[in-house]
Amino acid sequence: MGKYIGKEFSRVDGVAKVTGAAPYAAEFHVPGTAHGYLVMSRIAKGTITKIDTAAAEKSPGVVRVFTHKNTPKFAHPEKYKSFKALQSPEIVFNAQPIAVVVAETFEEARAAANLVEATYRREDPSTDFFGRVEEAEQAPDSPFSGKSVQTTGDAEQAMSSAEITFEAEYTIPAEHHNPMEPHAAVAYWKNGKLKIFDKSQDVYTVRSNLAAALGVPEDDVHVVSPYVGGAFGCSIRTNYYPFLTAMMARELKRPVKLVYTRRQMFTGHGYRPFTHQKIQLGAKKTGELISIIHEAANNTSTVEKWNDSTTRFTRHIYACPNMKTIQRLVKTDLPTPCAMRAPGAVSGMFALESALDELSYKLDMDPLELRLKNYAEVDPANGKPYSTKALRECYRRGAEKFGWDKRQPIPRSMREGNELIGYGMSTGIWYAFQQPATVKVVLKADGTAQLTSATSDIGPGTYTVMTIIAAEYLGIAPEKISFGLGDTQMPKAPVQGGSWTTASVGSAVHGAAMKLKSRLLSLAQKDKDSPLQGLGPDEVVLLDGRLQNRKQTSNGVSIVGILKAEGMDSMTEVHKETPSKIREDYQLLAHGAQFVEVRVDEQLGMVRVSRAVEATACGKIMNPKTSHSQEMGGVVWGIGMALTEHTEVDDRFGRIMNPSLADYHVPCCADVRKVDTDFIEEDDRVVNPLGVKGMGELGMVGIPAAISNAVYHATGKRIRHLPMTPDKVLKA
Amino acid sequence: MRAFEYTRADSAESAAAEAGKNTRARFLAGGTNLLDLMKEDIERPDQLIDLNRLNMTEITESGDCIRLGALVSNTDTANHPLIKQHFPLLTQAILAGASQQIRNMATNGGNLNQRTRCAYFYDTAMPCNKREPGSGCGAVGGLNRMHAIFGWSPECVAVHPSDMCVALAALDATVQVVDSQGVAREIPFANYHRLPGDSPHKDNTLAPGELITSIELTKNKMAPHSHYLKVRDRASYAFALVSVAAALHLDGNKIGKARVALGGVAHKPWRVNQMEDFLQGKPAEDEIFVDAAALAVKTARPLERNAFKVDLARRAIVRALQKARDGGMV
Ligand SMILES: Cc1cc2nc3c(=O)[nH]c(=O)nc-3n(C[C@H](O)[C@H](O)[C@H](O)COP(=O)(O)OP(=O)(O)OC[C@H]3O[C@@H](n4cnc5c(N)ncnc54)[C@H](O)[C@@H]3O)c2cc1C
Ligand code: SF4
Repeated sequence: MGKYIGKEFSRVDGVAKVTGAAPYAAEFHVPGTAHGYLVMSRIAKGTITKIDTAAAEKSPGVVRVFTHKNTPKFAHPEKYKSFKALQSPEIVFNAQPIAVVVAETFEEARAAANLVEATYRREDPSTDFFGRVEEAEQAPDSPFSGKSVQTTGDAEQAMSSAEITFEAEYTIPAEHHNPMEPHAAVAYWKNGKLKIFDKSQDVYTVRSNLAAALGVPEDDVHVVSPYVGGAFGCSIRTNYYPFLTAMMARELKRPVKLVYTRRQMFTGHGYRPFTHQKIQLGAKKTGELISIIHEAANNTSTVEKWNDSTTRFTRHIYACPNMKTIQRLVKTDLPTPCAMRAPGAVSGMFALESALDELSYKLDMDPLELRLKNYAEVDPANGKPYSTKALRECYRRGAEKFGWDKRQPIPRSMREGNELIGYGMSTGIWYAFQQPATVKVVLKADGTAQLTSATSDIGPGTYTVMTIIAAEYLGIAPEKISFGLGDTQMPKAPVQGGSWTTASVGSAVHGAAMKLKSRLLSLAQKDKDSPLQGLGPDEVVLLDGRLQNRKQTSNGVSIVGILKAEGMDSMTEVHKETPSKIREDYQLLAHGAQFVEVRVDEQLGMVRVSRAVEATACGKIMNPKTSHSQEMGGVVWGIGMALTEHTEVDDRFGRIMNPSLADYHVPCCADVRKVDTDFIEEDDRVVNPLGVKGMGELGMVGIPAAISNAVYHATGKRIRHLPMTPDKVLKA
Repeated sequence: MRAFEYTRADSAESAAAEAGKNTRARFLAGGTNLLDLMKEDIERPDQLIDLNRLNMTEITESGDCIRLGALVSNTDTANHPLIKQHFPLLTQAILAGASQQIRNMATNGGNLNQRTRCAYFYDTAMPCNKREPGSGCGAVGGLNRMHAIFGWSPECVAVHPSDMCVALAALDATVQVVDSQGVAREIPFANYHRLPGDSPHKDNTLAPGELITSIELTKNKMAPHSHYLKVRDRASYAFALVSVAAALHLDGNKIGKARVALGGVAHKPWRVNQMEDFLQGKPAEDEIFVDAAALAVKTARPLERNAFKVDLARRAIVRALQKARDGGMV
């Protein structure tokens, strides 16, 4: 543990957030702002033959009504395939934007939006993914998970010779992120330059996409997104609304604000796709896996091919010599899916980890023992060693904390009153990604430091962890450090996604601090009498506002003193950190073990998760407090996926029918009981200088399978189709 | 939401009179349902008559009668000592609904008149006879997992969403109303809400302009043996798949009187008199409850996606009766 790293630390932005001082996108008040309100299509497929805006235009306060007829064409490059709003009369999904009414007030815009009348040439939509799985076509390769078909050994051959085989199909419905903050943008132009406040996980990509679409240089676009009220992936891609907002502000020559309603959020960005999976397992009677075949299909839109990478981890988790994974797609008349917390991983592991549980009963073996029996010491797909892998310890610690040894192996053997009790477990897995990132550090002669990098903080505590890292390596108290993010006038950082922010931006902060230390040392050594004479950068450390001899800490000089002696007000370092080459020689993964207890009121079909224990190994833990929150959030997400969340589409109309927080059921407080998280720290010198791996997505990966496995253990009923609502529990 | 005129009423009679003049006017109580529906462009009143200054804000007792003012909040009703003492079933039912924040705003009158949660009713792009008579019913051939298994018509298969009303139905409440001429009348709860038939746009039997002033309950001997059970998709803040309000008057082990109402299964809180008659005079035993529950679901007519509700209702009735017998408020 360092002076700050590894200690419990409250959020540095906490007070601003709870007092309302932290502005979210829609809260930037620009004088003279006009308010937009979206009008959505009432059909899923076809063409607008007529759009009547006359009544809306005459409505009080209306400034203009934009439709495909009067919206300038965006200059997107050919390769930009994402849905573009108001560019043609064609309808490609239901509740697609067909107009924006702009008025002096939000209320006037909303009232007038009801008066826009469209007439359509209607075609029959096709949204029934599960009815069309047979038609699935091979997915394009993915930048993150590689080829859509991957093999190790000869899986089919091994399957046919296996002593024990198991096969089953699993389905997951579409799910929506539903962050608290609705998507919003406020845009205005000044001297041909655009400034836009947006809800984004990736301001630089918003900038380049807007610049291209609007035909202006990137330098003339300034994107600002200091606070994000949850995103979980739905603000990674540039959604259609910032293009519209910037366009309208330019056309109207005044600031414009556009905010999604909750209903509009269901088609205003992507979602976790509908997923169908088939798993085949082949094993020896003694439990060793000899073959895994994992076929997955997800739905996509008609405009883009979204590969959800469902099978991404299947070949990297168990020591199995023969494996094959296939990813397929089905086009549907729905919006394009997008990344949603642990994309692909949680879906794929729901199927694989459920199947493994099913196999354990076939083998009459404890599910945990089956995992240990197939524990991979090196990556089974490519033979690379893991940089670190404390999964075995996670299993051990998790099982112990949970009391796994109290599990009665036979289903339906544990009961209390009207409730059957079940134990289930699963394995979690995610990457230890790192991306290039740049940070600027200004060390000031008043003893403070200002850091900036255009990353994002969608809730994990990025402001806080960067402050901790800076405090640790600059040797300055956290109160004297400010960290700025979410602004394209700051140095470039990667999108906040993939659970790579601390590894990427945090490593850049560390790198910048190391450079500053060297520079301070050479300045200090200008003084012939300096106590640091003769020491190299590795022999000194920045601590408590001083640059001091690592071994003999009384020998040192104050940072402020060094700057003052040079007559400097401040010292600036801009540092770009890139992933090191040695990463390529290793398989870089984070792991976890999840154990849950469910209580099933079998008569009434109600399932509740009474306890969950997560043991997680994801390198170094920078801040146990926010890390606990991340893993707990993962459990909550897993509960939602397993038991309640489901985007319902009426296939006759191709329309989402539950676009509200009343009808789309995210878990509420009463659904979440005891959640215990624990970390097994790994000392990983390979992944990055900080030794951190991905954590935010990892925490949910195994939960849906663990819950399903526990429901089986409680009831003897296997439910392979999420979510496990009372009707499914009764029917199983 | 469209522009509307705002009128503040200063007496029940003037509110009803005002409403009698304008068929497009609506009463505004807590607004938790009406304002949502206006934002979704489902309700399009051109006048709101605000009831919040009216003095229908008390719960009073006279003899065996307890009167709930129409403007008392759901929270205050549930927590009122008289209600907790005499009608714990009502307390339990109210607390099973919505969320604390919504219950704080919601009023008793508004609760009775809240509209269905049918997804097609809530989406102006979809056909719905309740919202737009003659446009067809989106749910009957669509996503009808949440819909009715009793008393529906091909014109409408929606359910009444209230929990409170299920308890009021079991407790044989009466609804006191006043019309636009100032004439008061009393409606037995069983006749208050209606089945859809061929006019699903009408949820209840109120005449245009009629205002609820209070709800009356008569004390009974069932308080120690009553239970409200709600089965839903998540542990809180979800509408019922099926709910059951059960109250028993027990004489030793013998059922003197039984009152059972179901929620989430019909266009109105669903009472099955045949089941109540069957229970009367019988011992309060599990086997009897099972037979009674079977009687209750005999007339069920499930839709394509809600067949599970029939079985669920049967099981929920048994459980609720068991809990009522055992005196369990939990
Ligand atoms: C997300 C959500 C979840 C909910 N979940 C549940 C649940 O699980 N269970 C449940 O039971 N309820 C639930 N509710 C509904 C809630 O109970 C109702 O919205 C509330 O009771 C309505 O009361 P109100 O005073 O706000 O009515 P308002 O919205 O003011 O009015 C509703 C209707 O009643 C009419 N009205 C009001 N007062 C009178 C009167 N005195 N005379 C005649 N007409 C009148 C109004 O004109 C309007 O048509 C939920 C609501 C929401 C928003
Ligand atoms: S069930 Fe009733 S409320 Fe629902 S769509 Fe049909 S008519 Fe409308």
